[in-house]
Amino acid sequence: MGELKLMKGNEAIAEAAIREGADGYFGYPITPQSEVIEYFAAQQPEERTGMVLLQAESEIAAINMIYGAAGAGKKVMTSSSSPGISLKQEGLTYIAGAELPCLILNVVRGGPGLGTIQPSQSDYFQAVKGGGHGDYHLIVLAPSSVQEMYDFVETGFDLAFKYRNPTMILSDGAIGQMMEKVEIGEQKPRMTEQEIREKYPWATTGKTKDRERNVITSLELDSSKMEKFNRKLIDKYREIEEKEVRYEEIQVEDAEYLLIAYGTTSRICEKVVQLAREEGIKLGLLRPITLFPFPKKRLDELSGQVKGMLSVEMSAGQMVEDVRLAVNGKVQVEYYGRMGGIIPSAEEIVDALKQKFIGG
Amino acid sequence: MAEQQITSEDIIQEENLVFDRTSLLTDNVFHYCPGCGHGVVHRVLMEIIEELDVQDKAIGIAPVGCSVLAYNYMDIDMQEAAHGRAPALATGIKRTMPDKYVFTYQGDGDLAAIGTAETIHACNRGENIAIIFINNGIYGMTGGQMAPTTLEKMKSSTTPYGRNIQQMGNPLKITELVAQLPGTCYVTRQVVHTPAGVRKTKRAIRNAFKYQQEERGLSFIEVVSNCNSGWKMSPNQANKWLEENMLPYYPTGDLKKPEDK
Repeated sequence: MGELKLMKGNEAIAEAAIREGADGYFGYPITPQSEVIEYFAAQQPEERTGMVLLQAESEIAAINMIYGAAGAGKKVMTSSSSPGISLKQEGLTYIAGAELPCLILNVVRGGPGLGTIQPSQSDYFQAVKGGGHGDYHLIVLAPSSVQEMYDFVETGFDLAFKYRNPTMILSDGAIGQMMEKVEIGEQKPRMTEQEIREKYPWATTGKTKDRERNVITSLELDSSKMEKFNRKLIDKYREIEEKEVRYEEIQVEDAEYLLIAYGTTSRICEKVVQLAREEGIKLGLLRPITLFPFPKKRLDELSGQVKGMLSVEMSAGQMVEDVRLAVNGKVQVEYYGRMGGIIPSAEEIVDALKQKFIGG
Repeated sequence: MAEQQITSEDIIQEENLVFDRTSLLTDNVFHYCPGCGHGVVHRVLMEIIEELDVQDKAIGIAPVGCSVLAYNYMDIDMQEAAHGRAPALATGIKRTMPDKYVFTYQGDGDLAAIGTAETIHACNRGENIAIIFINNGIYGMTGGQMAPTTLEKMKSSTTPYGRNIQQMGNPLKITELVAQLPGTCYVTRQVVHTPAGVRKTKRAIRNAFKYQQEERGLSFIEVVSNCNSGWKMSPNQANKWLEENMLPYYPTGDLKKPEDK
């Protein structure tokens, strides 16, 4: 077992990035994720590994610094919370269009607008459906613990570089702020320029005589070429949906009813399963770990087993739409959730389950 | 007297060669309008990179605007930025690869309207990069709309009766603005519509690369250029109009220059 530390989710992310051998973090403060850049600053990553740390003038500038460095084959990340993530959408669509690997953390707070600084899951649509203009997807990972905040930095970078696609860690104010025990990994070395040249031959590392110039762009004025590129992206997303779906199941084997919840709400739903089973209701939980790709196939399979599915979210009901698409009318799908930064209690979820499916 | 036919093959001989195109410009035909300054700036920029022998260390950022496809002509590694964001891309590249020569190539709308924040803050941080800023006082690519640098009373498709400064504010002298910032080491304004101007612009770009190598801070080169299509003039008329109208408001010369090391 590796070294154990008590850390906030926001701190675990930053420590993981340094130990993962990341080349840079570019960010802008916003509650509830300012601890990310503060932790980096205190750690002096330039001293520890040579990792670049820069507080940008805006979220827009930060995401575009990511674009530049990622285009040079560097392992870079940024983080923000909902209003700041909205500002980053322009950069994200360009990054997806230029097929650049990078990691973005969203510590979600309630909206719309300036909203609240309390935790929420109301950025689900924005995260999994693209978020900016054009046909594209981010790969979206949903941690439910501080340990997963740490671990998903490695997973997120691996997926980003494997598919040359931006990966988002979709967290929330609760997981960002809470402290838990974290197992820390070994320090990995940063890649040398020579390694980057060999491993990422597309990167703008400087044109040498033995190769054509590299151009990082999302522009294609020829419609037929652009459509061909769109199809290439769609094929990539289909491959990701085929190979990279991750989820966790709790007491699903004999379940007659199924909760679907991710992140903070999935932890509450573990308690809901326990409470419901104490009352004799055979309840299970499916926790999507990847929100894109979404565990559609598994939900479709389970639609033949269970009598009802309840999507529990800290939003007005966003993920429930994907659950409904996955089961395509084969089973009753309902939503229960709270908004505005309110975290639902296990008891109220049990009540909602009974009311929607069992009666009383 | 017998007439002697002189063919182009007779002329194109080694001993007659007095000028050659830099090998760092690709064979792609410029899409720029005849008379436009972009091609000239592209050429001198690539000449400098060839003369300094830094092709393998040069990374350029293309903007959104007429020069959005600059990467089709420059035979170096390049990135294409979202509108106005080139200095942020350049920051990300230079910070993670400090031994490279990084430059942005931007027009007036890109640099001085939508990208003002990125411009000012890259200059203020003293990013060790070069910004090449082409100011022709108009949005060329989108069809001749008003730019932040459009002169008072100057007509454009969105100021068809001339720019009214009561409504639209004054033309922005962003070069004077960034010259105030300690982060910029070299700020100059040049032209490319005359042979002397082209030579001076080339010298300015050489200076910018030298200062970058010396880690002096940000070099900012404005090139006041024409847009004969957008201005609805012939190339010659446009150059004359540039001298009579643009240069009095945007005078050429160095605004800031460091001591030689």
